[in-house]
Amino acid sequence: MLSSTAKNLYWMGRYLQRAKSTARLIEATQRMALQSRGEEAAGVAAIFGMEDEFRQSQAQGERLASLIDFLVIDENNPSSIVNSIAAARRNAREERNNITVDVWESLNALWLELSARLRGKRANLDRGALIESVKKQAVMIFGAAQVTLLRDEANNFLQLGAFLERADNTGRILDVKFHLLRPDGNPSAEGLDYFAWSELLACIGAVRTYRRIYRSSLNPMKVAELMMLRRDVPRSVHHCLWMVDLNMRELADAYGTRGEADRMAGELHARLRYARIDKVFEIGLAKFLGQLRGDIGTLSDEIGRQFLLD
Amino acid sequence: MAAKAFDEMNSGTDGSVRVPYRGVADWLARTSPERLEATRREVDLFYRRHGITFGAYGAAEGSETTIPFDIIPRVIAYDEWQFLHKGLSQRVRALNAFLTDAYGQREICRAGIVPEEQILMNGEFVAMAQGLQLPGGVHAHIAGIDLVRVGEKDFYVLEDNVRTPSGVSYVLENREVMMRLAPELFAAMSVLPVADYSEELLATLRSVSFSDGHEPNVVLLTPGHYNSAYFEHAFLADEMGIELVKGSDLFVDESRVYMRTPRGPQRVDVIYRRVDDAFLDPLAMRPDSFLGVAGLLGALRAGRVNIVNALGNGVADDKSTYTYVPEMVRFYLGEEPILQNVPTWRCDRADDYKYVLEHLSEIVVKEVHGSGGKGMLVGPTSSKAEIEEFAALLKARPDNYIAQPTLALSTCPTFVSQGVAPRHVDLRPFVLSGKKITIVPGGLTRVALKEGSLVVNSSQGGGTKDTWVLASDQADDR
Repeated sequence: MLSSTAKNLYWMGRYLQRAKSTARLIEATQRMALQSRGEEAAGVAAIFGMEDEFRQSQAQGERLASLIDFLVIDENNPSSIVNSIAAARRNAREERNNITVDVWESLNALWLELSARLRGKRANLDRGALIESVKKQAVMIFGAAQVTLLRDEANNFLQLGAFLERADNTGRILDVKFHLLRPDGNPSAEGLDYFAWSELLACIGAVRTYRRIYRSSLNPMKVAELMMLRRDVPRSVHHCLWMVDLNMRELADAYGTRGEADRMAGELHARLRYARIDKVFEIGLAKFLGQLRGDIGTLSDEIGRQFLLD
Repeated sequence: MAAKAFDEMNSGTDGSVRVPYRGVADWLARTSPERLEATRREVDLFYRRHGITFGAYGAAEGSETTIPFDIIPRVIAYDEWQFLHKGLSQRVRALNAFLTDAYGQREICRAGIVPEEQILMNGEFVAMAQGLQLPGGVHAHIAGIDLVRVGEKDFYVLEDNVRTPSGVSYVLENREVMMRLAPELFAAMSVLPVADYSEELLATLRSVSFSDGHEPNVVLLTPGHYNSAYFEHAFLADEMGIELVKGSDLFVDESRVYMRTPRGPQRVDVIYRRVDDAFLDPLAMRPDSFLGVAGLLGALRAGRVNIVNALGNGVADDKSTYTYVPEMVRFYLGEEPILQNVPTWRCDRADDYKYVLEHLSEIVVKEVHGSGGKGMLVGPTSSKAEIEEFAALLKARPDNYIAQPTLALSTCPTFVSQGVAPRHVDLRPFVLSGKKITIVPGGLTRVALKEGSLVVNSSQGGGTKDTWVLASDQADDR
C-alpha cells in the first residue's frame, strides 16, 4: 500500500467523523436553544476554535441560524459539514481502488444528496433534513467499512483517522459546554439545569446511556466521567484512544517497526484508562482536557511523520 | 449527406433484419418504449451512483458528467469478429515492428518506403528512446484501433491509437450494466464474455518486465483525479489489484524506481502509465511537469523499469504516418493487409493539397496530431463560413492536415428521445501485445447521438453501446 493511500484513508476517516460529530452537535444545540435561552451559538463556535471567524462572518440578529449555516453549508468554513463530506469524498475518490464498492457508493450517495439539496434556493433548504441524512448516511458508510473492508493496513488508517477525530471532538465538546455551564469548573450538582446537561450528553448521543450506567439523576462529574473515561461508551475519549492504540499496534505488527507515534498512542490510552474522575477534577478539567487536545494533535503529527504521510 | 448508410440491423437482403440482429429485433419488438425509457433512466442512475464519470477537459471541479449509454447493444457476428481479429493482430504486429525499427536501424527508411523525416521530424519522436531494447520488442502494448464499417463486408481502419488509448473501462462496465438490465436478451443470444480483460492486461504487463528473477511489481501511473479518464485508471488498478500511483508516490534511486509506502520503499518493475510522454520525467522531458518522476527515463534506459506503452509511440499513430501502415504490413510481415485504410489525401503533397482545397465541402479534413474530434472539418455538415475559416488554417500549414472522403459510417438502432432510430457508430477494439497478442471480443462502440452526425467522440456528444460478439454456436436459422 502507498503512503499516499494511507494518508487519504486517514483523512477520509477524520473528515467523515468530523461531519458526523458536527451534525450531532448542531442537533443537540438546536434542541437546547428551543428549551432554554443563552449564548448557545458562540459556545458552539468555540468548540471548533472558531469564535472569531464566526463573529466576523455574521451580523447581529439570528445568531443561532447563522451559526448553523456556518457549520453546515458555509463554503469558507473548511470544517463545515458540506466541505467535510466533499473532502472525504475527494479522499475516497482518489482511493476508489482501495475501498469497497459499498463504502464508495454510500459516501458518493451522501455527496450527491447534499449537492442536490444545495442546488435549490437557500431559503427552501431544509437544514434539519440535511443534518439528519448526514447522521444516517455516515453510519451507513462506517457500517459498510465495518462489514466489507479487508482487515489490512488500509483499514487501520481509516480507523485511526476516525477514532482520533472522534476523541478530539468529544474532548472539545465536553470542555466548552462544561465550562459554559460551570465557568469555575466546579462539578457540584447544585442548581443543575437538567436540560443543559442532558443536551451535553446528547451531543454524543448518550442520554439514555447515562441512565443505563448510573441509574441516577444528572451529575456534572459523572457526565464528565462518561464522556471521558468510560471505556464501554463508544464515543468516550477513552474508548476512542483505546481504538487508536489498537490500530497502531496492528500496524506495528504488520510493519515490524515502532516509533514515537506508537509510544504516544500507548501513553494517551493509558492516561485515560487509569485516570480517575475525582483526580481529574483535582488537576482541573480544563487543564486536563487542554493537555489532552494538545497531545492528540501531536500524535496526529507523529503518525504523519512515522508513516511518510507528510 | 453521403450515400445511404449501411444499417447493421436492417440492411439484410430486401431490407430484412440481418441474422446477427434477430435477437435484438425480437427484443425491441417485445419491449414497450415506456419500458425502454425506464431502463434508460435506471442506467443513468446506476452510472452516477457508481461515480462512473467523465470530466471533460477545462470543466470546473465537481462538474462530472456521465457518458450517455445506449441500451440497445451493437452486434457483431462470430465470423465478422474472426476476420477483424486477424486483421487487428496483423496491424498491431506491424505497428510494433515499425516502432522497433523507427527507434532502431530504420530499415524501412533505407528501403525507401517511409521517408526518414516522417519519423525524425515528427513532433512525437523521442530521441531518448533510440536504441532501447524493450522486452519482447513490444512498444504498443495496449492499442486501440478505431474501425468503421460501411457495408456488409467493408471495414476500414480510421485511426490507430498506440499512445494511451482509453475507453476500455466502458467496455467492461457497459457489459455489467447490460447483464443487469436485460438478462432476457442474454438468454436469447449467446454473447462472448469480456470480463477477462483485466486478467489479460495484467498478464501482458507482467510479461514485459525486464527482470526475470522475481515477481514483477506492476503499478498504474495516473495524472490524478482531475484527469478526465481518472475513473478508468482507478477502475483498472482495482480490477488488477495493483497500486494506482501518482508521480509523487514514486522516486528513483540508483536507476531503480521505488514507490513510497508506510513499510518503506518498494521496488517497481513495470509502469502502466496513463501520463503523456512529455510529462513523464521532468529531468528528461518538460521540466515544469508535476505529474512525472525525476530520473524515470534513466531507469528505463538502465533496463530497470519498463514503461507501458513505450515512449515515443506517437510517431506511429499520427494521421500522416497512418497512410504508411499498409506498406508496413507488407514490409515487416510479408503479408497483404487484411484491414484497409480509408483512402487518404496528404496535404503535404501538392496534388492532394490542390484536390482537398477544391473539395472541402465534400470531405473530412483532420489535423495530423488532432484527437478527440477537435481540429477537424466535416465538410458536408459545415457552413460556408466554417469551411472558409478552416481553409485559412489549412493554407497556413498544409503539412499539418490530411483529408478523407466522408464515409457513410454504418448505423445501429439507438434509443433516442424520438424512440428507436438509426445512429452512426464506430468501434474501438483493444489489442494487447506482450508475449502474445490478446483481444477481448468486441471493444468500445461509440455512437453519435445526434441525428446524421458522424462525430462519435464523447467530448462532442457521443455515447457508447455494449458490443456483442456472438459465439460460434449461434445457429444462423434460430
